[in-house]
Amino acid sequence: MIAYITRRLLYAIPILVGVNVLTFALFFVVNSPDDMARVHLGVKRVTPEAIQKWKEERGYDKPLLYNGAAAGGGRFIDTIFYEKSVRLFAFDFGRSDQGRDIGYDISTRMWPSLAIAVPVFLMGLAAYLTFALLMAFFRATYVDFWGVVACVAMMSISGLFYIIGGQYLVGKLLSIVPISGYDGGADAFRFLALPVIIGVVSGIGANTRWYRTIFLEEINKDYVRTARAKGLSEPRVLFRHVLQNAMIPILTGVVAVIPLLFMGSLIAESFFGIPGLGSYTIDAINSQDFAVVRAMVFLGSVLYIIGLICTDISYTLVDPRVRFE
Amino acid sequence: MSFKLEILWTDALIYLLLVVVALLVRHVRRHEHLMAPWRKVARSASGMAAATVLAFFVVIGLADSVHYRPAVEVRDGKTIYAVEVLSVFDKLTTKLRTQKAKTYSAPLATHRYAKETIELPDGLQVRDYPRLTYGGAHLADPATEWGPDIARRCLYGIAGGALIWLVVATLLCVVLARWDPADTGRMWRALRRGETEIPWRAILLTLAVVLAVGGPLVALAANYHVFGTDKVGQDVFYQALKSVRTGLVIGTLTTLVMLPFALALGVMAGYFKGWVDDVIQYLYTTLSSIPGVLLIAAAVLMMQVWIETHPELFDTVLARADLRLLFLCVILGITSWTGLARLLRGEALKLREMEYIQAAHAFAVPHFRILTRHILPNVMHIVLIAIVMDFSGLVLAEAVLSYVGVGVDPSTISFGTMINSARLEMAREPIVWWSLTAAFTFMLLLVLSANLFADAVRDAFDPRIRVGRSFRLAAQKA
Amino acid sequence: MMLSAALRVMLIAAALAAGCSGAPWNNPHPADEDGANILYTSFSERPKHLDPVQSYSENEYVLIANIYQPPLQYHYFKRPYELVPFAATEVPRAQLFDENGRRLPDSADAKLVAYSDYLIRIRPGILYQPHPALAQGAQGRYVYHDLKPGELSGIHAIGDFKATGTRELVAADYVHQIKRLAHPRLHSPIMQLMGEYIVGLKELAAELARADKATAKGGFLDLTRFDLAGAQAVDRYTYRIRVRGKYPQFVYWLAMPFFAPVPPESDRFYAQPGMAERNISLDWFPVGTGPYMLTVNNPNRQMVLERNPNYQGEVYPSEGEPGDAEAGLLGDAGKPLPFIDKVVFALEKEQIPYWNKFLQGYYDASGIASDTFDQAVQFTGQGDVTLSEEMQARGIRLQTSIATTVFYLGFNMLDPVVGGYGERARKLRHAISIAIDQEEMISIFRNGRGIAAQGPIPPGIFGYREGEDGINPYVYDWKDGAPRRKSVEYTKKLLAEAGYPHGRNAKTGEPLLLHLDTTGTGPDAKARLDWYAKQFEKIGVQLAVRPTDWNRFQEKIRKGNVQMYFLGWNADYPDPENFLFLLHGAQSKVKTSGENASNYENPEFDRLFERMKNMYNGPERQAIIDRMVEIARRDAPWVWSLFPKDYTLHHAWVRNRKPNQMANNGLKYQRIDPQLRSQRRREWNQPVLWPAVALLVAVGLSLLPAVRTYRRRERATASIDKA
Repeated sequence: MIAYITRRLLYAIPILVGVNVLTFALFFVVNSPDDMARVHLGVKRVTPEAIQKWKEERGYDKPLLYNGAAAGGGRFIDTIFYEKSVRLFAFDFGRSDQGRDIGYDISTRMWPSLAIAVPVFLMGLAAYLTFALLMAFFRATYVDFWGVVACVAMMSISGLFYIIGGQYLVGKLLSIVPISGYDGGADAFRFLALPVIIGVVSGIGANTRWYRTIFLEEINKDYVRTARAKGLSEPRVLFRHVLQNAMIPILTGVVAVIPLLFMGSLIAESFFGIPGLGSYTIDAINSQDFAVVRAMVFLGSVLYIIGLICTDISYTLVDPRVRFE
Repeated sequence: MSFKLEILWTDALIYLLLVVVALLVRHVRRHEHLMAPWRKVARSASGMAAATVLAFFVVIGLADSVHYRPAVEVRDGKTIYAVEVLSVFDKLTTKLRTQKAKTYSAPLATHRYAKETIELPDGLQVRDYPRLTYGGAHLADPATEWGPDIARRCLYGIAGGALIWLVVATLLCVVLARWDPADTGRMWRALRRGETEIPWRAILLTLAVVLAVGGPLVALAANYHVFGTDKVGQDVFYQALKSVRTGLVIGTLTTLVMLPFALALGVMAGYFKGWVDDVIQYLYTTLSSIPGVLLIAAAVLMMQVWIETHPELFDTVLARADLRLLFLCVILGITSWTGLARLLRGEALKLREMEYIQAAHAFAVPHFRILTRHILPNVMHIVLIAIVMDFSGLVLAEAVLSYVGVGVDPSTISFGTMINSARLEMAREPIVWWSLTAAFTFMLLLVLSANLFADAVRDAFDPRIRVGRSFRLAAQKA
Repeated sequence: MMLSAALRVMLIAAALAAGCSGAPWNNPHPADEDGANILYTSFSERPKHLDPVQSYSENEYVLIANIYQPPLQYHYFKRPYELVPFAATEVPRAQLFDENGRRLPDSADAKLVAYSDYLIRIRPGILYQPHPALAQGAQGRYVYHDLKPGELSGIHAIGDFKATGTRELVAADYVHQIKRLAHPRLHSPIMQLMGEYIVGLKELAAELARADKATAKGGFLDLTRFDLAGAQAVDRYTYRIRVRGKYPQFVYWLAMPFFAPVPPESDRFYAQPGMAERNISLDWFPVGTGPYMLTVNNPNRQMVLERNPNYQGEVYPSEGEPGDAEAGLLGDAGKPLPFIDKVVFALEKEQIPYWNKFLQGYYDASGIASDTFDQAVQFTGQGDVTLSEEMQARGIRLQTSIATTVFYLGFNMLDPVVGGYGERARKLRHAISIAIDQEEMISIFRNGRGIAAQGPIPPGIFGYREGEDGINPYVYDWKDGAPRRKSVEYTKKLLAEAGYPHGRNAKTGEPLLLHLDTTGTGPDAKARLDWYAKQFEKIGVQLAVRPTDWNRFQEKIRKGNVQMYFLGWNADYPDPENFLFLLHGAQSKVKTSGENASNYENPEFDRLFERMKNMYNGPERQAIIDRMVEIARRDAPWVWSLFPKDYTLHHAWVRNRKPNQMANNGLKYQRIDPQLRSQRRREWNQPVLWPAVALLVAVGLSLLPAVRTYRRRERATASIDKA
């Protein structure tokens, strides 16, 4: 097992190298350091000297890949690529183009993101499974039929509408919760209620339908028929046998997502003014803070790969037939 | 000649798509085993009803994909063409396009939405709701004539719709009766009771609903702003219809441009195994491990720079916007091909162990031939399902991306740009609800019918295949 | 059963949300702050710099103008804007000298003046805010000036230091800050400009740059070891600034944070290793003597200004403009400032939540965004604005003032089509100027928040002319006592004379296609661009809009790769020189990287500018400005677009607010009534619960028939089993 995990981790390294090279190419082709300097130095009275100084301070004045002027290993180390990309492997995110410590920012902004993402994830999972079970339970009745119709209709609505509509209705017309904002501690509840509910509701359509098909597939299997033939009641069949067996595809699908919860949600966070990593990313895109975007891309890839590995491991844990190869 | 055809990049690709579809249809019709699943699709009532609605969208989208430049004058035997590029759809809706109000007006309104100081003929100034330049301009006294006029036009519209419906239904009946030897009367009864193999009743019902709604819309659109006007007085109905093409282009071309890569790489990885497999797997794991929105954002920024540095390639605004749309499709394609490639790889892995492939190996059939003759045809159903399932997710993704600011060109009318500008109107008092409602309705219709149709296709071809889910989730989550 | 469980969850949620009974549920501020003397306002973007040598934008000044104390400030009430002492005892007057050091009379010709001296005396007894940089131990040693590597662990903000201290403000602190302008690592945006004026500043910059190279990377560069000829402390409370030539506008700079005092201790404190890595720097945590001090700086959520306990000696002004007393603005005259204990700036990026929270009473004051404006404001017959009845009933007040800002659509004068100084190009530019209906623009996109510009100088600035004398005769006619935009027919005629009848090139017949570069990406951008296309359509000209991101746009302007573009300028100080220099040939963007983005160059204009800039206001200066404006209008390098009007709304519980375009330190004058605020918030924010309950009931009820169906089916199978 440990050998397997080690091998998977080693396999992650070339992928991260690939991600790194790709983002580096993208970012330094898009905008030259001169452009970045101009964005950050502001609008009024910007001189070429100021731009040069800005670049020097942030290490953008070096050559991209190869430094002919340096000696020995410095030829490769004293470059933008080494400074800005290779160091990410040690999770040394460096400083943002605005001078902030990215690592510290990420570690503080991670919590609000998790405060939304985790409840949405858990409550969502519970709600979707409940609805799907209900629909499987009442299959071939009007509940199932209209449930599917409602699901298809709900998944055809853009997430933006859920947020705009929810904020307008609950925040403005009903004045039940604050329209937007965030606060730490127990007070966070009031701010998170609405985004969490909207997050759960906007996922109902696609997810409920997905779990329902898994349940129905399971229900049509032979062992379920056997169980019914034994005279087990329908709820017992459903909860004991179907749910347990359906957990395998559900769990493995879910595990892959868990690490990505850290990344937060881009749109919801910016709509509700929640200072998480999602809004951090959006701000970085808008203000063209490339250091932050690079860090987030790298972090996202790492988390994705962790998710992959977790999925593989969870397969083996829930399904004894799968062995590590 | 009084116009010059202007073929934009996306137009060309849409034409290509049409040709491909036509060829495929011909091919399928000649092979009974390929026809079978399609027959199953045709038997699905919800699928065919959705297809009917989709057909209307497709017609609008196609009419909006034939562009030309009208001539403005002939001088010295040389024709000078306007700079503005129009589409056939624009021509058909000239009134909607050109009859602009000054600013906001509510649906079917005759007066502006906000009060303004109006100068009376006698020089006095009063604050009142000014009349619209076009909306209901034919009414002498809107207060009394407005209601009856709307009702009358609605009735005309419904009557027109009913007439068209009757003609279509009768024609259908006659054709069916001739095709499947039976007398027209019995056919009609069968149709009414829904006893035909293809659910013609559902199709005709859908058609009836569409015509009953569409008829009055068309009848009213000539003299009113049916969905109101936006901030600069453009007709919202026109914008919603224009958004359809953008949605269709994103939904179809994205898959079209990514298809060759996904197909080639996925099948090759599964078929050859070994180092080819490793390289291809490495490639798509790397790509898919970068958060989609970030990759798209970075790539869109890069593309903007490219467009900026090559202004000479674009002589019109539309050409620029169009290329940006195409780029967006390509970038979305790059970020979404990995899912399909993974599925295809799995399928190819299974297929290569099949006996007939092994036999082909034994006869030393070249790899290329095995791939094209034996593997490819047997994975096509997956490709098809992927295409239809991805469609709605892509339309939804466009809206989100345009919101983040990395979507279509701001001058392109799309659902995303409509929502983005309508968002702020929610805070106005009294609330300006119609832009958002129009975008919501049209988008829901398009995506819903696409979803229903996709379900029908999937059920017919392979109900156990699940593609597109991850992407749709990503779009919702973003 | 499910229903009751859901209800229970909801009731618990409700109880939690409410906290205590009666308080509104949707209050975004902590419940225990209710009734406190706190002002709530917002910021939309993180300020980039709070260091007074670097800070140069509105959103930063909103904070630091209340923290730092430059020698001068603008009078809060008086108009036109008037400088009054802040830390200084009086407004200094320039003493002029010739090259031999002989004193010249104030009226001396600018050519004779070699340098001018400003002698500034500050009030004794002003104290710094409590700050760890100034914390001293028993023997007068600074507590935090010699931190060991481990001592910073656990410290992420300035509030994490235990000890604080203060000391008296001295003249040397002002001198120190002027030296900081030349600091090689701070690159002040006005260094270039001030280098031209302040004697010895350029030399100091060069010297410091050399010294900086010699110090280790990130090491401390001690400015007190260097001397600046142009800024000297004369005694403990007096210092002298020496400026090259005659520069009457220099006193205005003395009201900006660039010339506020910074204690040398803070530089030493913040330069310690480990500080910058933790974002602890003067850029994040200012050290000032002003009425407020920044105690929380969390740009992800909020920034908090608290009353500086050491601030004293300033009282509420007793004079104002006519009408101020009647408006109740002078009622607090003579009372010590500031009134408010704490000001919370919350991050608010989206307009709609911001506006809604203002309406709910959770923000005390609001600017008005265009899209929410109709709710707030009605136009009266005369084009004035009043609040809607609903707003008035809520006690919300509206204040307007014309900003010292100009927005313009520029033509690139180097462009072969729209540029150039010939009759053809001029007529084309005039035609375009008339075609773009600024009045409609203002009414649609700004809801009347602005006035159409007649020239480069906005109202309230010396040189602006009102009424018939002030109109731009190339675009407007004076009719019935108001300017009227010339007709579209006239425009078409102009266009034909320019060689483009019906918008087509008379020679080739090709349609005329013009390019407009913008940076617009917001939700409003598309509507705006469509509107512009519509304006050009009126005269048959095709407009292609090229939206670009900001840095590409800047680059294009710098290289002269644009035809038409949008820009705006926000005045540094209320002097016409600060607007007219935007058209000065020597400021050309392409040639000198200046601020003249149109690259406009007219020899006569430039000559007049050189004369005008050193003059004191008076009829002679007015005559020169009139001539310059006339030249600019004739050449039309810009479409004079508009001067925006700033509207601000505030609730009934906020007192003593008056918009002031130049001063950003208005917080100290304001006063709030927290009791009234709590009461109103309660009235306005009663939660509506029945829809949520109704929804749950409906869902529950819709399940009942299914349960029945299911039971029947179960019974049916059971009976079959039995059979």
